Amino acid sequence: MIQGIVQFSYIVATALFVFSLHWMNAPQTARRGVFAGVAAMLVAVGATWAQPEVVHHGWIVVAIAAGFLVGVPLSRVPLTAVPQRTALSHAFGGLAAGLVGTAKYYLWLGEGQENLTPFRMIAIIIEIILGYLTFTGSLMAAGKLQEVKWIPQRPVTYPLQNVTNIALLGIAVVIGTALVIQPAAPWSPMLFPAIIALALLFGVLLIIPIGGADMPTVIAILNSYAGLSAVAMGFVLDNKLLITAGALDGSSGLILAVIMCKAMNRSFANVLFGAFGQVQPAKAIGEEKLYKAETIEGAAQILEQASLVVIIPGYGMAVAQAQHKVRELYDQLRKRGVTVKFAIHPVAGRMPGHMNVLLAEADIPYTELVTMEEINPDMPQCDVALVVGANDVVNPAARHDKSSPIYGMPIIDADKARTVFAIKRSKRPGFAGIDNELYFADKTWMLFGDAKHVIGELVKQLTPGSGMH
Amino acid sequence: MKQSLDYWSMLSVFILATFIGLGVIRRVSRLLHTPLMSLTNAISAIAVVGSIIVTGADYPGPIRFLGAVALFASMTNIVSGFLITDRMLKMFKTDRKKDEGGKS
Repeated sequence: MIQGIVQFSYIVATALFVFSLHWMNAPQTARRGVFAGVAAMLVAVGATWAQPEVVHHGWIVVAIAAGFLVGVPLSRVPLTAVPQRTALSHAFGGLAAGLVGTAKYYLWLGEGQENLTPFRMIAIIIEIILGYLTFTGSLMAAGKLQEVKWIPQRPVTYPLQNVTNIALLGIAVVIGTALVIQPAAPWSPMLFPAIIALALLFGVLLIIPIGGADMPTVIAILNSYAGLSAVAMGFVLDNKLLITAGALDGSSGLILAVIMCKAMNRSFANVLFGAFGQVQPAKAIGEEKLYKAETIEGAAQILEQASLVVIIPGYGMAVAQAQHKVRELYDQLRKRGVTVKFAIHPVAGRMPGHMNVLLAEADIPYTELVTMEEINPDMPQCDVALVVGANDVVNPAARHDKSSPIYGMPIIDADKARTVFAIKRSKRPGFAGIDNELYFADKTWMLFGDAKHVIGELVKQLTPGSGMH
Repeated sequence: MKQSLDYWSMLSVFILATFIGLGVIRRVSRLLHTPLMSLTNAISAIAVVGSIIVTGADYPGPIRFLGAVALFASMTNIVSGFLITDRMLKMFKTDRKKDEGGKS
């Protein structure tokens, strides 16, 4: 009887999860999606806890309470820190899968070795490899995003890197195969930790060569791994709810990763195994180019006379926390009858959709946030393109310079606007270490300084009764 | 025999769920990719179900301890995932003034 209720609850939870994701297709219904998700989770947890085989409750209560204690503060991080938080939660997801896989293996090894069928063993091995590599890999990614001191920000590469990585994974697979064939041999309990160690190490080594510009793709891939490790857990535990929910997460990560890769014109393999920006240094030396700087007053005057202004935000806007100042600029320009649009490149920022969230936080209506595909046809009519902390996503070299590492990447056509203003912190090249041709174009004027400060000054100039005359 | 049949049915559930996932996620608004990621994070923390059983069943202590740590990790994801998704989604508005008017 109770089993019937549990199974029925799981089906209800599955349906609610699908609805939850379905409602994410538009901002108007999206919050309903969260409620459906919460309801599904409550049903699933309640039904599981009510099962007769759950006899000890103390640790469950403690662990759930601890989860709340850590989870609530983690949900209140500033929105600029959302990429790190996301990476951290992938790490938790991977850890949970890895630990449950480990627990189940040793449980069955001790009592009931007949449960260690080849199928289950395959599932356990996949679960722990994926789980633990997601754990350390995501921790590394979170560390890089948080700019933790002892984790290098720039891609770290060394000779035979890929060979080493693949060899490590290969060893793990060989040991795994041995365990599938002989799950309960005298040496098996000793080999099992070896796989865990290899997976943990592999996760670290996988992320070390990855730079900031690739983070959106990498986070999406880790998202997918975290989902797939939950799927593997479902196979181990004979639990279809785990399989479906994990598969939903896995496919979500996959789709996001594909979108990110397309937006950079690169393949998965290239992101994971071809450390970015390696070809560059040789080219950076060479001819010296000149930036043309513009004053705040001059820029304000041109902005004021424009009829269409397109603002192109990038990671620099997040770093400078400039989104609220951008909103003020948007307000001032709108008051003067200027049409303002925000052009969002899929890989702008450090995770998929990063810029949209920051601009929404600053109270900019989401109807003004336009995708790259939608804005590009309008760029020739655009009077001013204002680049706020974006770099590679507006670099025209992507269109024609075959030697550039970003060649072939779709970009926002900022260079087709009549005038381009680019706000930039310093004269150094961007994260990928690539010179940006746009900055040296005839119609481009640089506004050097911190994005928040520069835009604040622009707003001051445009505010009636101050500055302008 | 019954066992192996069950494996096949689990695999088909996996394949079907993946296709449903691909179909549904493909239609998710581009604006919402960041909240989508935190929402799917929370959803995949359904691993909580497995953790509860490992923690609460009559298993040896060390095994239950691993389960409790897994339960803590999943619970953290559930709580922070849903809360931050909702926090972000609340920010997406069409028009600020209309929204303020609606609230008062």
